Amino acid sequence: MPDTATKPAIQFQGVGKRFGDNVVLDGLDFSVAAGDRVTLIGPSGSGKTTILRLLMTLEEANDGLILVDGVPYTHEMRGGKRVAIPEKRRSLVRRRVGMVFQQFNLFPNMSVLENIIEAPIHVLGVPKAEAIAKAEDLLEKVGLADKRDARCTQLSGGQQQRVAIARALAMEPEILLLDEVTSALDPELVADVLAVLRNIAETTDITMLIVTHEMQFAREVSNRVLMFDGGKIIEEAHPEEIFTSPKHERTQEFLRAVL
Amino acid sequence: MSDNLQILVDLLPRLGEGVLVTLELTVGGAVLALLVAFVLGLAGRARTRWARVPSRVVVEFFRGTSLVVQIFWLYYVLPLPPFYVELDPLACGIIALGLNYGAYAAEVVRGSINAVPTGQWEAATALDMGPVHRLRRVILPQAWPLMMPLFTNLLIQLVKGSALATYVSLHDLNFFIGELRKGTTETVFAYTVGLLVYFAIAYALTLVMNALEARAKNNVGQGPSLREILRLTPARVDTAEVRP
Amino acid sequence: MNDFWNWDHAAAVFPSLIKGLGVTVLATVIGMVIAAILGLLVAIVRRSGVRAVTWPVGFLVEFIRSTPLLVQLVFANLLFTQFPSLAVGCAVLGIHYATYMSEVYRAGIDAVPKGQWEAAVALDLPRGRTWRDVILPQAIRNTLPGLGNYAISMFKETPFLAFIYVVEMYAAAQAYGGGNFRYMEAITLAGLLFLLVSYPTSLLVRRMENRLA
Repeated sequence: MPDTATKPAIQFQGVGKRFGDNVVLDGLDFSVAAGDRVTLIGPSGSGKTTILRLLMTLEEANDGLILVDGVPYTHEMRGGKRVAIPEKRRSLVRRRVGMVFQQFNLFPNMSVLENIIEAPIHVLGVPKAEAIAKAEDLLEKVGLADKRDARCTQLSGGQQQRVAIARALAMEPEILLLDEVTSALDPELVADVLAVLRNIAETTDITMLIVTHEMQFAREVSNRVLMFDGGKIIEEAHPEEIFTSPKHERTQEFLRAVL
Repeated sequence: MSDNLQILVDLLPRLGEGVLVTLELTVGGAVLALLVAFVLGLAGRARTRWARVPSRVVVEFFRGTSLVVQIFWLYYVLPLPPFYVELDPLACGIIALGLNYGAYAAEVVRGSINAVPTGQWEAATALDMGPVHRLRRVILPQAWPLMMPLFTNLLIQLVKGSALATYVSLHDLNFFIGELRKGTTETVFAYTVGLLVYFAIAYALTLVMNALEARAKNNVGQGPSLREILRLTPARVDTAEVRP
Repeated sequence: MNDFWNWDHAAAVFPSLIKGLGVTVLATVIGMVIAAILGLLVAIVRRSGVRAVTWPVGFLVEFIRSTPLLVQLVFANLLFTQFPSLAVGCAVLGIHYATYMSEVYRAGIDAVPKGQWEAAVALDLPRGRTWRDVILPQAIRNTLPGLGNYAISMFKETPFLAFIYVVEMYAAAQAYGGGNFRYMEAITLAGLLFLLVSYPTSLLVRRMENRLA
């Protein structure tokens, strides 16, 4: 077992990602310690979301290595060459990473409960009764215990997103990726979702990577903020520091525009 | 006219046999077509070229060479050297219909799977579902309602195509029309009756398919359930339905 | 090996296949012209909103569309013995496909934004002019891929004409096969010729679809 006390939970080593001629990430290096809550900020197209998608293997990096708990995840160096790691080994890492999407992406062919228990039962092999009990606990936690058997399409956006959070937590992830989880919501529904996330941040020690435009939320929840621009980290600081006295000129511009 | 009706009544058992053969061709052809459609449709979006290219070739081949040519190729060419395969005429019809409409339906399968939003694939990946699990439990249940209306069209086309069976010596509904015409010596009467029976078959199949489509849609949270549709009192409209 | 494929037979049947292909293409072109015009008329009539017209026309369209073309061909050929089979065949192909084309037009007309109708009303254009100068030019553009696809589909259904004694490509192959007790080359070649024409055409239509999309 990797020694999580000394190894960072997530490590990017010279990661590059291009879409055609468009360079999204350029030799990116950074690491996240276990239990960290890191918020990624920056103008759109700066590569924040790409980082989450690389960690979820929804995209393939063109160069560099991504390590989780010190173990190579999607690629490794073998004999001086960068080679892809086979799907079976990726899967073992991937199931420790959870993700909540901007568009919720609940499965419309399943009820709320079925959405939550599907993967624990069929991917992790949790006994059904246990998975249901766990799902009911999680629904309680996100304030939707009464929606257990509802169709997802009958829920509001905010309710769908809270189900999606419960679904991700049901896999007991060590790392949780939050990709603009409130951006698709009507303003009056944002607060409930953020309250649920705040509660998770306070009561668990899950490592969180957060891409958001909710700066107040970022300030409350995260202990580190990374400012991205042009595929690189241009500033990194504690939220109090970066929001009150940003150093880099681009950070100042960006915060002036969004705050 | 009443003479004609009397002859029609006398011939009813034969009409029944004809309809039965047409239905056998339809059901057999449709089942084979569905099988062919899923095999070719799924292979058509496989990652390896070794599955994708052959699937494309087979689909284009059976779509591009006419159904008439295919059915008679099986009927006339296959029993001769070097094949020496003498197919039962019913098998001949079912195989030709199944391969031809299966090739069309393969495109429906491929297109419908591609039409499932990428977010659904990504959510399944994020939950670490394997490719088979993802397809079976997440993607296909959502692609299925997209396929249904197009399958309905193809099924009606298949019923119409089955009329060719008369020319490979099957006594289907089309054959019966000829018999009725000989019996009554009334072309208009015989063909009107025959076409109406074809219409009734197509209409009944459309009703069944529409019901299946409604069920498939309801399964992904769209539209009322079948029970609600069939209930006599109007279904309660759920006004709480909110979309993102 | 000789049993499998005989080039002499292939060469012997080829000229009559090409001649048949000419008839096949001719029937497709005439049939499609009828289908395109009649289908448009049907689509406009069905939009008129006059129940006494739309209802019977609607039923007729459904009826023709959901019964076999083959049976319709044979029926019409028995009814109209005074006309040549090819003419009857083209007419039936055209009418059958007009029922498909009317749906293509309907979709094309529906796809014209509502604002176009409203703008025409705002400009006080008469209804006929609105149709001719505003709606149809836009709708017809939307319908071109559908027209192309149905032309290909009709092309592959012209062998049905063989059953009303029109010597198109399939009938030519069949005649050679029956006459020489040798079907392999004739029917296979006929199939390949269908593929040779329909596949490139369908690629063209797909390209057109992508460009219009």
